[in-house]
Amino acid sequence: MSILIEKLSKDYGGAPVLSSISTSIAQGEFVAVLGASGCGKSTLLNIVAGLEPPTAGAVTVPAGGAAFMFQDAALLPWLTARANIELALQLRGVPRAQRKDQAQQLLELVHLGDAGSKRPHELSGGMRQRASLARALGQDKPVLLMDEPFAALDAITRDLLHEELERIWLAQRRTVLFVTHNVREAVRLGQRVLLLSSRPGRLAAQWDIDPLVRTDPAAQAALTQEITQALREEIRHHAH
Amino acid sequence: MPTSPTLSGAPRTQSQAPETDTLRELEAGLDSLQDAPVATRINAGRILLPVGTVLGLLSLWQLAAWFGSPREDLFPGPLQVLGTAGELAADGRLGEAVGTSLQRGVLGFLLALAIGTPLGLLLAGVPTLRRGIGPLISGLQVLPSVAWVPAAIIWFGLTDATVYFVVLMGATPSIINGLLSGVDTVPPQYRRLGTVLGASRLQGLLRIVLPAALPGYLAGLKQGWAFSWRSLMAAEIIAVGGSIGFGLGSLLQQGRDLSQMAMVVSAILAILIVGIAIELLVFSPLERRLLRRRGLAAGASR
Repeated sequence: MSILIEKLSKDYGGAPVLSSISTSIAQGEFVAVLGASGCGKSTLLNIVAGLEPPTAGAVTVPAGGAAFMFQDAALLPWLTARANIELALQLRGVPRAQRKDQAQQLLELVHLGDAGSKRPHELSGGMRQRASLARALGQDKPVLLMDEPFAALDAITRDLLHEELERIWLAQRRTVLFVTHNVREAVRLGQRVLLLSSRPGRLAAQWDIDPLVRTDPAAQAALTQEITQALREEIRHHAH
Repeated sequence: MPTSPTLSGAPRTQSQAPETDTLRELEAGLDSLQDAPVATRINAGRILLPVGTVLGLLSLWQLAAWFGSPREDLFPGPLQVLGTAGELAADGRLGEAVGTSLQRGVLGFLLALAIGTPLGLLLAGVPTLRRGIGPLISGLQVLPSVAWVPAAIIWFGLTDATVYFVVLMGATPSIINGLLSGVDTVPPQYRRLGTVLGASRLQGLLRIVLPAALPGYLAGLKQGWAFSWRSLMAAEIIAVGGSIGFGLGSLLQQGRDLSQMAMVVSAILAILIVGIAIELLVFSPLERRLLRRRGLAAGASR
């Protein structure tokens, strides 16, 4: 067991944002959390990351804690791509002598080996997200939390980054909790898809994604369709 | 759980290798397509335009002096002022005045920097303190520092201490407020990033908040320098004599005492030129470098 969420609720003094969410995520599992805007999926991620306290319930994460990847790359603009990664290594306690080599390895892992000396504004959106992914991997935590990391990218770049993330996940088998509002993305990446309802965010449904679905376009399309229907049903509840 | 970020020990089959290479090539192709070359050409207008403007204004001034002014002693033209400035430079007064003022201005500014920076950091770090003292600092920033001159003369007499005190009171609030506004405008995302990366309070301050606040701090320094220079001139005009040396403000005052308009105008121009020179030689390059490194100066009009 990697992450255990028990009866988690959150409110900011007014209406509840998250209501009694319970689930457990296995070590090395890739779980996609799907929901419309305002369903509290980012709040859920922030609570798991320890950035916000829950109002009620409990979250258990592995002792090492969790790495976090933001929707915008959140690279520090005054540092080069390499220095951004080195900062994460430094704050993790990696000795100075090893930082440069490790940062270079991480850059090469996301195919940015030659772009290490560039500053964030000199990188394209996709390259920034890859650098951000490299930094999150550099935190070397058992859990990787991703908050719509590819939402702002164009479709071509997003497809490539899906492959990139899948490749790295297959190689390293970290536990990933991936928040998105894109059904295709959730089906493409997740082993399991959790659907959150909106206002308050509750666990509305979940699907286990058979690995065979991924290689069968027809089955993938059918499942995407099914989940999209369920998501729309959730959204329609708010029409009245 | 892998402890190293490399692929070693990864369950990776032979058949995956070509796919990885294709992905690498695809990404490299996309990267180079999205990598827009930045045109870096020197804009001649950036130099010619202000120089041309100044020359034009000087010509207008000279024409006005020739054809429009009956009293040369009340409205000297630029040529006459240049002549007077030449005389002042020749007998050493202009050089002494510029040297004395510049030395005081820079020293006073550095003092303000040394006092304002830690104070600003303290206020940024302790909200209670800031709530208490913050409005007072903003008030001091609005108060013309020339108001301190009489008090300073009573306390310190006609000494350099009077001049430095006035400069300090002029510049320090701007430096503190610049630093505070720099810290205030740090995107919250960066602080969250610090938390996520496991930074301690001090590490977060030193590695993330302060570098992020640098542009605001620099703007505060720039304003602080401007206030130093203005306060200094005010103090030098009012406090003449005693052990106070001969600065540009004193030169200005001397011109007034002698009713020599050309000398007054020479002093005004010298004060202006020193101000512009510091801006162009110190702050402008610093600011440009800082902003360019962060990709913020691309469309700037300078």
